[in-house]
Amino acid sequence: MCPSDGRCRDDLRYSRAVTEADQGSAIRFSDVHFARGSMAVLRGFTLDVATGDTLALVGRSGAGKSTILKLINRLLLPDSGDVFVESRSTRHWDPYQLRRRSGYVMQEVGLFPHLSIADNIATVPRLLGWKEERIESRVRELLELVGLDPQGFAARRPDQLSGGQRQRVGVARALAADPPVLLMDEPFGALDPVTRAEIHREFRRIQDRVRKTVILVTHDMAEAFALGTQVGVLADGALAVVGEPEIVAQSTDARVRPLIEPLLEATQVLRPAR
Amino acid sequence: MNLLNFWRTHAAEFTTLLGQHVLLVGVSTLVAILAGVPLGILAARRPRVGAPIVWLANVVQTIPSLAMFGFLLPLPFIGGLGARVAIFVLILYALLPIVRTTTAGLRSVDRVLVEAGTAMGMTPGQLMTRVELPLALPSIVAGIRVAAVIGVGTATIAAAVGAGGFGEYIFRGLSMVDSTVILAGAVPSAVLALTIDGVLTLVERGLRKSGAPSRHRRIAVAAGILLIGAAITAGSFAYAARRGTDAIRIGSKNFTEQIILGEIVAQTIETRTSLRVERRLNLGGTFICDRAVRSGDIDAYVEYSGTAQTAIFHQPVAKDSRQVFADVRQRYAAAGLTLLDPLGFENTFAMLIRGDVASRLGVRTLSQAASASSSWRAGFGYEFLQREDGYPGLARTYGLRFARPPSAMDLSLIYRALADGQVDFIAGDATSGLIDAYGLVMLEDDRHYFPPYDAAIVARSAALLAHPELRDALATLSGRITLADMRRMNRAVDAEHRDPAGVAQEFLTSAR
Repeated sequence: MCPSDGRCRDDLRYSRAVTEADQGSAIRFSDVHFARGSMAVLRGFTLDVATGDTLALVGRSGAGKSTILKLINRLLLPDSGDVFVESRSTRHWDPYQLRRRSGYVMQEVGLFPHLSIADNIATVPRLLGWKEERIESRVRELLELVGLDPQGFAARRPDQLSGGQRQRVGVARALAADPPVLLMDEPFGALDPVTRAEIHREFRRIQDRVRKTVILVTHDMAEAFALGTQVGVLADGALAVVGEPEIVAQSTDARVRPLIEPLLEATQVLRPAR
Repeated sequence: MNLLNFWRTHAAEFTTLLGQHVLLVGVSTLVAILAGVPLGILAARRPRVGAPIVWLANVVQTIPSLAMFGFLLPLPFIGGLGARVAIFVLILYALLPIVRTTTAGLRSVDRVLVEAGTAMGMTPGQLMTRVELPLALPSIVAGIRVAAVIGVGTATIAAAVGAGGFGEYIFRGLSMVDSTVILAGAVPSAVLALTIDGVLTLVERGLRKSGAPSRHRRIAVAAGILLIGAAITAGSFAYAARRGTDAIRIGSKNFTEQIILGEIVAQTIETRTSLRVERRLNLGGTFICDRAVRSGDIDAYVEYSGTAQTAIFHQPVAKDSRQVFADVRQRYAAAGLTLLDPLGFENTFAMLIRGDVASRLGVRTLSQAASASSSWRAGFGYEFLQREDGYPGLARTYGLRFARPPSAMDLSLIYRALADGQVDFIAGDATSGLIDAYGLVMLEDDRHYFPPYDAAIVARSAALLAHPELRDALATLSGRITLADMRRMNRAVDAEHRDPAGVAQEFLTSAR
């Protein structure tokens, strides 16, 4: 479990011990506090994400959803408390190694406009120094995985793609170096509802095959229920509720109900059609 | 002589000047890129460090290029005549646009892309080379384009410090008042600027087209690099062809008489010795010539005793020509320079009247003119009218009184105005070719109001010692050139638009 370079020893000091509960936990937040200036964003945030789970975090704008993702790949460090990735505190991860092991998908996608689709997808493998043949076959594999024809798309430019296609490339790019963790920041927020439904199905299909540990943040409860094997609701800098979707749906927490009720109403309307 | 004809007869020289010009711009732009892009990156990354850099580059841009050459000439390493100082100045001018566009290009990179790159695990260096610089490249190329085009223009000034380039034609044409020669340098440098502008615009456009596959972008970048590379190589060959270490270098100031004298000195050495001669004619004035001969960038040029005494050695004006000459010779000797014997003529201020008036009144001296002047109208150049050692002192010395206060006139028009009878008395140049052309008479300065301006060769003593034959050759010119000779030669170039080299050769063969 520990890499041979001996960095684990430092972890022990911080986490006291790798406890029983940590076994199988890919990501763990332990009493994390984080403030942006004088504004407290996270106040004693604690969370466990098991390997292979898809955790969908829901919260209003400004609830600290993006902050949570940035704490995982060490774009930010906690003011106090620790974030453990693969049982090692992010404070002890080399930030570049950590980020290359965490796929990142964001709402704006952020494809590099000066690079072809293939070169965009190859970004992290190139950083890791893969051989070109391996990169090439990996790119083909990924384009097929996200449902884009490699022949037609590899050489294209980002601006020649539709929004949905671009987001698929974004997912492929995040998966390129086969990272154990996938971080998704409102990944499908900019898509129209039809495309979004379609890409949700695609995502579930892909996730069935790759089985990554996914943390996805969204302000849309419907998306959370559609994609998450676990759903968490973020309020006041901590988790109001976290669990399987069925459990969250029955939550009576006053901070959770307002997010769920519109969905239940919609389900009532749709029931006869099912 | 029309323009095409001029280029045809000066083809070899033209090619050399083109090579020099391209080399000056190519090398300076390349160095400015190598220095400016990192500075631009620094300015974008660390605004607090960057702001002073951009400010400094801005200040540099406001210094007139001739003044900049003046500042830098005396400095060690970068100073001195020739390409080095010119390239240094051109680099300074090219820096600002490149630093600015690099900074602007980097700042305009979408933050989302920077965040994406960072989140994927790029180090700051990788982020710079893989994301930020490629995206800022079109903007940087735009800056390089501006820098190169400015460089082509500024490089014409480089002729003033002997770096060559098309500026040599422009300066030569200006001093000869020959628009053909000016155009011979101005037209190709404009064409050069437009060509560079065009090619780099295409490169820039290729880079901006985000739809272009990376192959095209690579081609565009390669084309740009190749262009600069080819330019530098071509220029280097042209330059190397012209350079020599053991040659005797002859300089001159930047007006007709000086260029003719420079040619006479150069041709005398060429015909009488086996030494190779390098011409660095048309340098930007007394100051630059003096710097050049002291630093060894030139070995000899022609100076005037009065000018040396006042402008170079900052001594008060003296009247006796022998005394002045001896004094100046001694001061030169102390600086390792030898003032050879006078060439035979003096280029002083000339007080002129029309020939018919002179013979009718029998006036030959300024003292005689004083008694006749009360009915005359006078015209002087602005400087002569103002300077204490000009008209005011002259009027006091001779008691000159005119019908009305003298009018200020442009020097180029003043001879014509006298010939046409608009004025009756002017201050001109003793060696002007127009004196003979208009049949004017120069009044003798019988009270020696003006300091003596005897022309003589100033040479590096070391060069004379190293080449005794050089001293002998130069000595043959002592007392050889009369005022009439000089006027005739000036007239041949200024009024008849003949080539200074040809005029000099004709003089040397006829007088032999």
